[in-house]
Amino acid sequence: MKNKRDLILSAILLIVLFGASWFANSELDSYIRRIVNLCLIYAIIGLSMNVTNGFAGQFSLGQAGFMAIGAYTVGIFTVPVELRANVFYAVPMNPFIADIQMPVWLALIVGGLLAALVAFLIGTPVLRLRGDYLAIATLGFSEIIRICITNASSFTNGALGIKDIPPLNDVRYIFVVTAITFVFIAALINSSYGRAFKAIREDEIAAEAMGINLYKHKCLAFMISAFFAGIGGGLYGTLLGTVDPKNFLFTLTYNFLLIIVLGGMGSITGSMLGAIIVTAGLEYLRIFDEPLKLFGTMIPLFRPGFRMVMFSALLMACVLFWRHGIMGTREITWSKLIAFCKNPIGFFKRKGAAQ
Amino acid sequence: MKNILKTKAMTMQFGGVTAVNALEIEINEHEIVALIGPNGAGKTTAFNMITGVYTPTNGAVIYTDAEGQECNITGMKPSEIAKIGIARTFQNIRLFKDLSVYENVIIAKHLHLKSDFMSATLHMPWYNKEQAKAEEKVEELLKKVDLWDMREEKASSLPYGKQRRLEIVRALATEPRLLLLDEPAAGMNPKETDELTVFIKQIRQEYNLTVFMIEHHMELVMEISDRIYVLDFGETIAKGSTEEIQNNKRVIEAYLGVDEDA
Repeated sequence: MKNKRDLILSAILLIVLFGASWFANSELDSYIRRIVNLCLIYAIIGLSMNVTNGFAGQFSLGQAGFMAIGAYTVGIFTVPVELRANVFYAVPMNPFIADIQMPVWLALIVGGLLAALVAFLIGTPVLRLRGDYLAIATLGFSEIIRICITNASSFTNGALGIKDIPPLNDVRYIFVVTAITFVFIAALINSSYGRAFKAIREDEIAAEAMGINLYKHKCLAFMISAFFAGIGGGLYGTLLGTVDPKNFLFTLTYNFLLIIVLGGMGSITGSMLGAIIVTAGLEYLRIFDEPLKLFGTMIPLFRPGFRMVMFSALLMACVLFWRHGIMGTREITWSKLIAFCKNPIGFFKRKGAAQ
Repeated sequence: MKNILKTKAMTMQFGGVTAVNALEIEINEHEIVALIGPNGAGKTTAFNMITGVYTPTNGAVIYTDAEGQECNITGMKPSEIAKIGIARTFQNIRLFKDLSVYENVIIAKHLHLKSDFMSATLHMPWYNKEQAKAEEKVEELLKKVDLWDMREEKASSLPYGKQRRLEIVRALATEPRLLLLDEPAAGMNPKETDELTVFIKQIRQEYNLTVFMIEHHMELVMEISDRIYVLDFGETIAKGSTEEIQNNKRVIEAYLGVDEDA
């Protein structure tokens, strides 16, 4: 009965949010729309990263590479055929793919699948490693992917990048993809496979003794993560309108690491919160980049770049006070929300006592 | 009586050190067999070889499955060994600490799941059916062992004795035929040990189990074991019934040392 209530409430929430995305699409100015889009895309990639890092407990830093695969797939296959000679002016496009054009949704799925395939190939050797070693190896592979892309000029236009990607500035579209990602990952985590992932995170040796095939499940988590990172990367490509290898430096991965650490490793709703806070926070802290005049004197600190200092300070405060991120491994559930609405003060008291 | 597990000259060497040398064990169905010996005798190493954590450098592990088929399980992966019906607990409790009691137990049902990952994620009807059945079994099991009221609690927040019990219950949830217990009474007070003795007897009866255990608590060992193997420095120094072991000179020497004057 409780399950049914939660399902209905979630469905209503999704419909309301979809309505909101409709409104955002037609009413808001392009700057805000861009921030909303970026939030949603970062949420997709944050969620995908949480599957390996938060739930399966495998510290992987390969997200930028998988995003690049998705973004380039979208870039290569959605640029209209007649514009391609313009884009590939240095090295002509490989005739094998020169005439293939796909709608965006198909290119996104193909990009996701390709990323998952690469994850499978990388996973075989890499997932035997643990902890820091796994992080270093995945980081390395993400750079290898980027360098392969830089050098495969007839496919990817090399260092020049691909421009003229048809923009997809539609909040509704991106919202729907985010919603699908969220629902899929939430359903996965609440299934028997999701519990197996958590078991691996908690104790690999015990998990294996309980009949969980480590390699199979780690690889599965890695591939799912890559698939959604590919899709997120594809959307990111359409948002930018151009892709070039420098967009996918390994530093990009740290944005998402930040999102999941801030939101809580192993919390889906936490990743959503983290994505919104990081993306929107970085934008709204721009006031610190602008000169400020107070009582007739210029405050010297307020200059371009100060925003990042403030952001870092805020992050440090977060990590100091919420060591496991805002949510930890907890989730925002309907039961908790209802309890909160009924008795906001008592809710926090009870929670405090439980900790 | 049919035997369920046999080891043939099972040997484990780490570099030049022989941790277990040519161990020959035979365990019959429905028995409780104990493996004892001083610290560092190679008991846990023997367990790790049987459950696939280590691959023996020499020798073989033979398991007789429910159909009476003998199969060589030497070098199989731990997860495969769990699937064919051998479950274990650990010397230092290895629970999934941050997960609830209920989650700890239901994770052990994952190995029986036939649905693939897509149908599980999309909660297809056949997956839901399988899952409902697993949930029912876990509920029944938890109620039987008095852990049902604590199902929502974090595993790490349970008292020590209950954690040990939960670990055994988690192993039981894989529906094993052979249960390997690595020092189940370690760190327990006398009252908890008594409860454990009753508990092991009870689950053996109820689930038609064969139990193979490592234990230092001699009272517990002598009370519930049908047969005992004694290891010292990797060698089998004695085997037999409880009385035979209690009166065995080499066992007494291994535990108490040799009297120099004699």
